[in-house]
Amino acid sequence: MLVILSIWSLFVGVLDVNLSGLFRGDGEQLEIFLISRLPRLLAILCTGIGMSVAGLIMQQLCMNKFVSPTTGATISSAQFGILLALLFMPKSTLWGRALFAFVFAIAGTWIFVWFIQRIQFKDVVMVPLVGIMFGNVITGVTNYFAYKYEMSQALSTWLVGHFSMVLRGRYELVYLVVPLVILAFVFANHFNIVGMGRDFSKNLGVHYNFVLFMGLSIAAMITASVVVVVGSISYIGLIVPNLIAMFKGDKIRGTLIDTALFGSIFVLVCDMIGRSIIAPYELPIELIIGIVGSIIFIAMLLYRLNHGRKAIRLGVRSGNGGLDAVSAMKGGDEK
Amino acid sequence: MMNVKNLVKKYDGKTVVNSVSFEIPKGKVTSLIGPNGAGKSTVMGMISRLIARDAGIVMFEDQDISSWKSKELSKRLAILTQTNNIQMKLTVRELVTFGRFPYSAGHNTAEDEKIIDQALAYMELESIQDQFIDELSGGQRQRAYIAMVIAQDTEYVLLDEPTNSLDIYHASKMMKIVRRLCDELGKTVILVLHEINYAAFYSDYICAFVDGKIAKMGTVKEVITKENLAEIYNVDFEIMEIEGRPLSIYY
Repeated sequence: MLVILSIWSLFVGVLDVNLSGLFRGDGEQLEIFLISRLPRLLAILCTGIGMSVAGLIMQQLCMNKFVSPTTGATISSAQFGILLALLFMPKSTLWGRALFAFVFAIAGTWIFVWFIQRIQFKDVVMVPLVGIMFGNVITGVTNYFAYKYEMSQALSTWLVGHFSMVLRGRYELVYLVVPLVILAFVFANHFNIVGMGRDFSKNLGVHYNFVLFMGLSIAAMITASVVVVVGSISYIGLIVPNLIAMFKGDKIRGTLIDTALFGSIFVLVCDMIGRSIIAPYELPIELIIGIVGSIIFIAMLLYRLNHGRKAIRLGVRSGNGGLDAVSAMKGGDEK
Repeated sequence: MMNVKNLVKKYDGKTVVNSVSFEIPKGKVTSLIGPNGAGKSTVMGMISRLIARDAGIVMFEDQDISSWKSKELSKRLAILTQTNNIQMKLTVRELVTFGRFPYSAGHNTAEDEKIIDQALAYMELESIQDQFIDELSGGQRQRAYIAMVIAQDTEYVLLDEPTNSLDIYHASKMMKIVRRLCDELGKTVILVLHEINYAAFYSDYICAFVDGKIAKMGTVKEVITKENLAEIYNVDFEIMEIEGRPLSIYY
């Protein structure tokens, strides 16, 4: 399914590109294909895989189904890093900015996790709420600096995720997702065990803190490399791992590939919708994902409500979803 | 061999475990009993390296437990704590597979799979091995955790209140399993128990704690007497002998 959609996606766009043209060796078409369409597809796939895997890792390590790059302050920290890079090194390259984003995303996520470990509240909903608050504080600081130094225009590129700027030469960074995801796969069992708790991992001879921080760093780096290239993409890290876990369980080795595949299909479909709805213009993917994501999220909640036992938690969850949807819509309007 | 000398633990300046020394007999079931807050679970945490100690020595196989490599130790000593409210959607088999982690680090050999099969069979979990643990009853889940400990294949098995939140049927079944771990598989089992009669009926040695100190330690018959129990729990006891073991009655 992913393959079919991928191929289809290659031929959706403002300028007509078709197979026969490509095979005839139409220079112009080939150029569009190589400079724009193919990079875009690859970026989409990497984004989908990366964000959903990052979400999966974070959910497991924090033992909380509502932690994700969005609700764990990772994305906002990465954005803050990018802003600082733009401020202090205006001439910085993509890689320079990425470095800043990495460092800040990792630091932000660590601080968040250190914080929630310090305050030992066991409430499932409190943890993501703290994450959202923490993330908003960072975003606030980011915006303040952006306004002060008149950078908000430049920054908006990284605040609302979209693929329209993905062209050859300025997206390659997103490939970093691939080795990081492979690394995550190698350590999948470690993450699982750490997700079962400190005592549990100690009993099995696994170094809890080391694996925890390594896993968070991997998730943060994946997120950061996506944010640098594409911008903020919420929801995927939250819903994709949850959806897969509902059907396949939580054994990471078993679900990582499913999660990655489904994540990329999800982003791909959203991107195609975004490009088709008001063609020849396109809507930022963040808007589409916000809408589709919130619908899926609500559907998921209703499903849980009908089939699950944890009804009490649901009320707050849907509030959460609404909030995210609203912010996603707002992002879209600004564009 | 496990040898504990002058173990001390303080929380916020309050001494929870005060200069505790004892020796765990090998190949036997030893139960730690005592009133709430007597320090049983803390001692259990310290001798299994889950909790850092403030003073004292824990010698495990003639080597200080903190100088053991974590991975090596996890092949010799397994601990199951009472807080196993894992919300993860794992199947029984996947959970038991984690018991092999110290040996294979996730790359299971045919040998590992065989041991997992045996552990599942031992706990009579084969028919539900593909069910998710969050869909099981408390008794089944507890059995799955014990199966994991069996798969971990350690000489020492430490269980912190294994009968907690089980009904009488499942609790007594759990205690029979503990007995079998010792008698059939030759393991040294150390338990923290609240229920004195389970301790009296199923263990070989009893170690009674009061206020962070050892009040009595010895064989079941030595410890479970009217006078000792009244001293430990501050409640009047009657002792009856059933199947050659002292059972206590209290109200």
